[in-house]
Amino acid sequence: MFARYLRRELSGRRKQTAIIATAMALAIGLVIIVNSLSAGVRNAQAGALESVYGVGTDVTVTATPSPPAEGERGPRFEFGAGDGSDTGDGTTAVSQSRLATGRGSATFDAAAVGTVTAQDGVEAASGVLSLTNMTFDGELPQAGGTAGTGTAASGAEEGQAASSRAGGSFDVNSFTVMGVDGNAGSVGPLASATLQDGRTLQASDAGTYTAVLDSAYATTEELAVGDAITIADQEFEVAGIVAGSGSDAETASNAYIPLDVAQELSGSAGLVSTVYVRAASSDRISTLKDVLEAALPENTVNTQEDLASSVSGSLSTASGLVSSLGTWLSAAVLAVAFLLAILLTISGVSRRTREFGTLKAIGWRNGSIVRQVAGESLVQSLIGGAAGLLVGLAGILLVNAFSPTLTASARAQAAGPAGGPGGLAQRAGAAADVVLHAPLTPAVMLIAVGAAVAGGLLAGVLGGWRAARLRPAAALRSVA
Amino acid sequence: MAEQATTHATTVPDPVAAPGTAPLAPAAEPVPMFRLTGVEKVYTQKNRTVHALRSVDLTIPAGQLVAIQGSTGGGKSTLLQMLGALDRPTAGTVMLAGQETSRLGDRDLARIRARDIGFVFQHYNLIPTLTAQENVEMGLAPLGVAAGERASRAAAALASVGLEDRASHLPGELSGGQQQRVAIARALAKRPKVLLADEPTGNLDEATRDDIVGLLEGLWRAGLTIIMVTHDSAVARRAQRRLRINAGRVTEAA
Ligand SMILES: Nc1ncnc2c1ncn2[C@@H]1O[C@H](COP(=O)(O)OP(=O)(O)OP(=O)(O)O)[C@@H](O)[C@H]1O
Ligand SMILES: [Mg+2]
Repeated sequence: MFARYLRRELSGRRKQTAIIATAMALAIGLVIIVNSLSAGVRNAQAGALESVYGVGTDVTVTATPSPPAEGERGPRFEFGAGDGSDTGDGTTAVSQSRLATGRGSATFDAAAVGTVTAQDGVEAASGVLSLTNMTFDGELPQAGGTAGTGTAASGAEEGQAASSRAGGSFDVNSFTVMGVDGNAGSVGPLASATLQDGRTLQASDAGTYTAVLDSAYATTEELAVGDAITIADQEFEVAGIVAGSGSDAETASNAYIPLDVAQELSGSAGLVSTVYVRAASSDRISTLKDVLEAALPENTVNTQEDLASSVSGSLSTASGLVSSLGTWLSAAVLAVAFLLAILLTISGVSRRTREFGTLKAIGWRNGSIVRQVAGESLVQSLIGGAAGLLVGLAGILLVNAFSPTLTASARAQAAGPAGGPGGLAQRAGAAADVVLHAPLTPAVMLIAVGAAVAGGLLAGVLGGWRAARLRPAAALRSVA
Repeated sequence: MAEQATTHATTVPDPVAAPGTAPLAPAAEPVPMFRLTGVEKVYTQKNRTVHALRSVDLTIPAGQLVAIQGSTGGGKSTLLQMLGALDRPTAGTVMLAGQETSRLGDRDLARIRARDIGFVFQHYNLIPTLTAQENVEMGLAPLGVAAGERASRAAAALASVGLEDRASHLPGELSGGQQQRVAIARALAKRPKVLLADEPTGNLDEATRDDIVGLLEGLWRAGLTIIMVTHDSAVARRAQRRLRINAGRVTEAA
């Protein structure tokens, strides 16, 4: 009887059913889309972070940024009178390549790696040194009679800064170099990279001039395994080419060289700029963070979660949009749908006062009537939920059909004071293009069904409560 | 013989199984269908109180056809609510077939309404989205009758009011008289102890009114106790006993 009455009521009151179901459908569709999008954005963020920090890095330790000391102005080229060769036309040809710690990437004592490794809950740790190699290539006006030193501070983040002055012309070219520990194996920026050609760095490479290149960089520079690359005026042999984990993702650095060589060539003996840490257990990461902070009070300890906030670019805009606007919008629409369901159910009960009074007068128990009202609104909401699932699926398909590409750049360091001449920002981090893919997970489906059930039950319970309070004598009312 | 009469009065007459059987002479009953003693009903609304029933003492033996008349607002419907276990009196006792209903809780009252009371309303009060057959079955739903039996009993009740060919019609597709017949079938399907009707002909034209009154008379002759409120003297005249209620006081009319 319950089922038949319910079916008849729903088909007999199509308009109310349609309104409630439509409102629920829109709300639930929106919830599904927003949920799926934010899952997609989270995946993209994780992907972007992986390409910077490597798979399996749970925590990073960096130097706590401090304002740059006076006079610390990035790599500097100093040419003494003896440098270069006379070109015979009044200028001096100069070619110099220098390795220095990147701006904003402060270094600290490599002993920290040992300290980290000694902590409980640390499975592996590896120190890296983020550097920038600057190449100056060109002609300077001859010193002539004026003795002294020409100074050119480089100001461009990337590419060539071409400058010409008083008959001289030169190129400044920079790329990022990272000193990595060949012993570290599974943790660190190279851990996530896939080897495309040659081999990756090994422990036996220590002390040798061996380099591994990022494939994107190798492509633009037209370098292949076996070629030579000049870093800090030294010839390095390209031993391998690696690519980031995502198809378009770059790795953390343009070039990788053994840590000890990097320290020596950049004059940073015994220093590192980041320690990559993998926790023994992924659910004790916040504890590990506390432990590391206690052990290394001078340093900054970041978890993946902390690092997610360092991702910038359109990905972070999308993430912000989805998490703020999307969440609020879907919450608001859901609230409106719930309210509509509740109001319509309650007004339906008022309209059916005599009907429910009559049922009571002929012996229906309160519970049966509450069940009837709740059942009706539950089914209305479930119809809405099913329709909402379709709306949501359509939305997800649409997003995935367009698959918008988002850029993400993550800075490997906690942001130091930005700017300086030319606004040279540390580019140890990678810029990654991430294709947004909105996944459809069982959790999302559950959310849809859950929201529909919750809305239907809420409306049903409130409406049923009202119906339960009706007196059976309401059956005798003269108005329907 | 006395044994038989007692049995008849307290068991449910079956108008469905035996329509139009010979009238039974009402015997003096040791247990009346209703016995009301000192019943008061006061409605309190904010600061206003209405004394709808005042010290009503009333005995209605089983098998009677009683008409209740009175001016509007006199308390007719209120009295019917006391009889039909729709509400409890403010004071006094109501006994239905020997059981006091005036002290029962909501659940027990609902059970009594489901089992023992057939109610017919002025506005028929059918559920508009359900067919005649389904409306009748609604009266059996709270009794937990199995679906198959429910359908056959409802069909038989519809047949007993002459509507077997309208079983699948919605109330909107039926005339007022037919709707009231469906409502009577709904009340009869449970085989109640008593049928209570509040202005059952109030919305009907004269011919249809006579039709419905004839139907009720037939049920009464089959042994059913019927108490109906009516404004209509022509209807009241056909009753076995007439009561008047004015300003909450019940009197026997000549
Ligand atoms: N639920 C209620 N709350 C307050 N007052 C009520 C309520 N029900 C009835 N009354 C009052 O009790 C009195 C008796 O009402 P009742 O409905 O029994 O009259 P009635 O004789 O059936 O009248 P009518 O012929 O118009 O149907 C009236 O004054 C009415 O206003
Ligand atoms: Mg009345």
